[in-house]
Amino acid sequence: MATVITGAASPERLEEAWHETPGLGSFLTTVDHKRIGKRYLYTGLLFLVIGGIESLVMRIQLTHSNLHVVDPETYNQLFSMHGVTMMFLFATPVLSGFGNYLVPLMIGARDMAFPRLNALGYWVFLAAGLFLYSSFVVHRLPDAGWFNYTPLSDSVYTPGPNIDFYALGLIFVGISTTAGSINFIVTILKMRAPGMSLDRMPIFVWGELAMALTVVFALPALTLANVMLELERRAGFHFFAPAGGGQPLLWQHLFWIFGHPEVYLVVLPALGIASAIIPTFCRRPMIGYTYIVLAEMAIAVIGFGVWVHHMFAVGLPTIGLGFISLTSFLVVIPSGVQIFAWLATMWAGKPVLRTPMLFVIGFIILFVIGGLSGPMLAAVPLDQQVTDSYFVVAHFHYVLVGGAMFPIFAGIYFWAPKMTGRLLHEGWGKVSFWLMFVGFNALFFPMHILGLRGQPRRTYTYQAGQGWDFLNLVETIGAFVLALGILVTFVNWVWSAKRGEPAGHDPWRGESLEWATTSPPAEYNFENIPTVRSREPMWDQPELGPHGQPPEAGGRGLGGGHNTLGTSLLEAEPEVVVPMPHESPWPLLLTVALAAVFVGLLIREWVFWAVAAVATAISVAGWFWPRGETQET
Amino acid sequence: MVSTGRVGCRRRPAGSLTVAGAVGVALAAGGCTGDSSVVSPKGPAASSVAGLWWPMLVAATAVFAFVTGMLLLAAARGRRRTEEQAKGAAAWGEPFIVFAGVVVSGIILVGFFVFSLGRMQALADAGHKTKLTVGVVGHDWWWEVRYPNGAVSANEIHIPAGVKVELALTTDDVIHSFWVPRLGPKTDMIPGQRNRLWLEASQPGTYRGQCAEFCGLQHANMLIRVVADTPADFDAWMAREAEPAAASDAAGQRVFETQTCAGCHTVRGAEAKGTIGPDLTHFGRRDTLGAGVRPRTPENLARWITDPQSLKPGTTMPPTTLAPADLNALVAYLDGLR
Amino acid sequence: MTLAREAPPLVPTGQPDEWLPTVGEGPTNFGWWGMVLFIAVEATVFALLLASYFYLRFRSGPVWPPDGIESPKLKLALVMSAILWSSSLPVHLAHGAIKRGEQRKLRTYLALGFLLGATFLLLQGAVEYPDIVRHEFTPRTDAYGSMFFTITGLHGAHVVVGLLMNAWVQLRAWQGAFDRYRHVSVGNFVLYWHFVDVVWVFVLATLYLSPHL
Repeated sequence: MATVITGAASPERLEEAWHETPGLGSFLTTVDHKRIGKRYLYTGLLFLVIGGIESLVMRIQLTHSNLHVVDPETYNQLFSMHGVTMMFLFATPVLSGFGNYLVPLMIGARDMAFPRLNALGYWVFLAAGLFLYSSFVVHRLPDAGWFNYTPLSDSVYTPGPNIDFYALGLIFVGISTTAGSINFIVTILKMRAPGMSLDRMPIFVWGELAMALTVVFALPALTLANVMLELERRAGFHFFAPAGGGQPLLWQHLFWIFGHPEVYLVVLPALGIASAIIPTFCRRPMIGYTYIVLAEMAIAVIGFGVWVHHMFAVGLPTIGLGFISLTSFLVVIPSGVQIFAWLATMWAGKPVLRTPMLFVIGFIILFVIGGLSGPMLAAVPLDQQVTDSYFVVAHFHYVLVGGAMFPIFAGIYFWAPKMTGRLLHEGWGKVSFWLMFVGFNALFFPMHILGLRGQPRRTYTYQAGQGWDFLNLVETIGAFVLALGILVTFVNWVWSAKRGEPAGHDPWRGESLEWATTSPPAEYNFENIPTVRSREPMWDQPELGPHGQPPEAGGRGLGGGHNTLGTSLLEAEPEVVVPMPHESPWPLLLTVALAAVFVGLLIREWVFWAVAAVATAISVAGWFWPRGETQET
Repeated sequence: MVSTGRVGCRRRPAGSLTVAGAVGVALAAGGCTGDSSVVSPKGPAASSVAGLWWPMLVAATAVFAFVTGMLLLAAARGRRRTEEQAKGAAAWGEPFIVFAGVVVSGIILVGFFVFSLGRMQALADAGHKTKLTVGVVGHDWWWEVRYPNGAVSANEIHIPAGVKVELALTTDDVIHSFWVPRLGPKTDMIPGQRNRLWLEASQPGTYRGQCAEFCGLQHANMLIRVVADTPADFDAWMAREAEPAAASDAAGQRVFETQTCAGCHTVRGAEAKGTIGPDLTHFGRRDTLGAGVRPRTPENLARWITDPQSLKPGTTMPPTTLAPADLNALVAYLDGLR
Repeated sequence: MTLAREAPPLVPTGQPDEWLPTVGEGPTNFGWWGMVLFIAVEATVFALLLASYFYLRFRSGPVWPPDGIESPKLKLALVMSAILWSSSLPVHLAHGAIKRGEQRKLRTYLALGFLLGATFLLLQGAVEYPDIVRHEFTPRTDAYGSMFFTITGLHGAHVVVGLLMNAWVQLRAWQGAFDRYRHVSVGNFVLYWHFVDVVWVFVLATLYLSPHL
């Protein structure tokens, strides 16, 4: 037929090739990056609510000295799970969710590089979250902190299964994060639309790339530490306990070799969201694109060289402390570079103060405050005074909540219209922003002061007569105001999904390729894979739009089949037309088998575990068993 | 559609006012002082750190004011600009980024690094000039204290004022951290390791501290009292601490020796050589019990003996049921251990 | 089931006179990148594990191995190493063979690589480990024992996975799935197998050789 011979695509042919029949079957077997991305978002935000409730209970307990709202064990479980939930089950999944949805759209591709691996990533994330929280059912939630220091977390001091849930649960969720990151890296490096050389790639995509590369080299440290901990707890190995030649600090080193890059890998895509919103809402290209990209990469790299600053008080030699202090001061510079680039863009442009931009402005203010308390903690003697106090709690909440959650909310207002086809209500968006901004500052700013006044962290109560009561009360009120603000956005989102103003394909007149699709995009994203000639293609190439770039302008239909384009690493020249897999049950089946493996390890039923291991092997074999034309042969 | 400056929300400078207001209220609500305040130092180590803090705060405030000011001004002036102007070339942009983000930031950051390095080195050097060493061993959830003359005590640490004292820190179980903010920075206590921390109190007085590394159920109630005596008073105190217990209520002593008390606690001079709990030889000279969880009064002591979980849930001290006469005698005995 | 064809399929892209293949070699293929990144993850795990070994070693006393344990015996370890490393050659030749379309050589070399890898595991699991456990130490003796068995055990687990991959590729080869244009699975397996062999260089140097220094 003529269409196949010339490679032109028609919407009908694409629709037929890419359509996923609605129903339970496709719900369980979908490999569409947009559906998977939305699932990551919804599930991650659900965990935000759970982690948020944990923090509200803690704040109630701390409203006044010597309260007995919860007992110490419950409080310890609350603060441990709050950290685990927010870091592993909210922040990274939600930012991956945005990445999953947007990266293929922004780079002009029809899906991620490994669609089935993408589905596996989501199912494993969900299963691992359920695994971790199943500890609630037996009243054995992890209770040694999200950082889980030994010897407190070993079997002598925490004999119950609390820590086994922690270690196995985090190893399990690590499979999801690793799979997702490999997917992002290959997608970003090999699937960009022709003409989208690396220096034309949206900064948000650079942010996801930096995050994914960080995961590859940082997450293994956590996985290894947890494996060693389980071997010590359950099999009598010796790694961390001094009796037997172990070293308690080995845990801390391994944990923070992961843990510090972890916070950057949360912040990097969030900075990318800000860099996606600012040019659109300042009506001009970003000033300092190259500096921002280099800064994102520099943060990722330098972030691997600062982990010891979490251990300034453990008695290490001063020469090592001095070196890490220097790298910890220097890592501030690339963040500052990005902030000044944004400021320059805002100054030169015309800021439009709609809700996404308000959240970005709020983010900049809060991230700067957090970025100013950071260097204070890089100064060794000052850190040795305020570490393990509420000062540190203030610092990291400013950079993580201010630096990641505010951009996430900006992203919701910015991109939900693309996902649902309808704008969120602007008035309520502003209400949400102000509640969140005021509530956040009331909650976390006083913590700087309380830390300086000696209130330690991770304490279920504090003594009367310290003068800490009033500020703790302010913080509790602030927490509820912040929670209300978050709730307003969620209600707004749900309400607007059906009743919001229709968005059209490009409500914000944005500059990147996701605005060239319908809202929501068709299953195949782009009728023709576009050729990109600029860093801001939607502003500079008027032929781009939901009807596909015509072949005369560079559009490639690829014959309208179930395939997408693989391009070269640097210049994105077309190399290969890659067949994409259809819906598959194997990601879900493999997840169930893996979950059984981890349950078997937890409950120490070796027959169960062996059966689960065999099921895992069978699922992998089923996955790779060839069906039709795939890229794996 | 993106509005080009019509209605929408007026970006009042309320953002920075909110923060400033919060700071003002917070500071007014008690300033930065307090028994455990890092910024009201009572010793040279803490003063050195406070001297690092204030300049950093000033610099941070200045940077914050600049960034927020530029941010809010940019937002405000956007209303008057057109889209044409917005898209114009801004040749000043990249030089501004390099100057502000790399040069100025770099100078400030490296400057503070060098300054803090000097303070760190000075603090380390001062640690070589200590005049006496007191051993502190962390336990769940109390502190064992060992003086150079062999005296063993718990929870309240005496030091001579105006003298640099070295604390030799370790732990018997999990990681703890020794922190008396008004006297100096903290140092962790790691099993299998001996860490060193030096403290000096400029004036006699009582200084409050607290365990600063999460160590389990009663981490929040593992308090420290450092009592700085004049050097003469300290010598007398330490000599007395090494002696056996003063004679006290005989009936109470019998209760102590025959009940479970002696199995866990030591009282030199009595038949009590347990090492699981704190040494109680001079318990009557301490101001608090349970590592600071309550003042040492007869009522609190009676409750601690009969129902310790109600004061410190999770403590290893078991409840002991005693006849009222025995309980009173025991309390009198412990009170008399001076 | 997909049978290999002789000519690489080309499809039109929609641009005039532009036909591209549907399968690529090496860095053109997504799966190659996936394998490279997976190797990067695993390499990081091993690097951290070996670093932990040195951390524990240099924070313990001057005597290493501690607790009266003797320095590791080298003879068997060197034989095992020779067998494992030599398996990289047939595996490499297998890749070369299928690049020229030589099916029989592909299968033969893969099988030879499998045999050598399995022999390594057999010697480790059935000769070396029981000897150590009976006469010297177990994983529960002390940190030295724990580290020895964890490091070699993790490496051994990677060898097992490699053998499973080898078996899978051989199965696909018997089904006629590969030709000179399509053999991505072979290439990816070869990459992984070489990685496993390189890791053993570091394991040998760290566990077996460094205590003698």
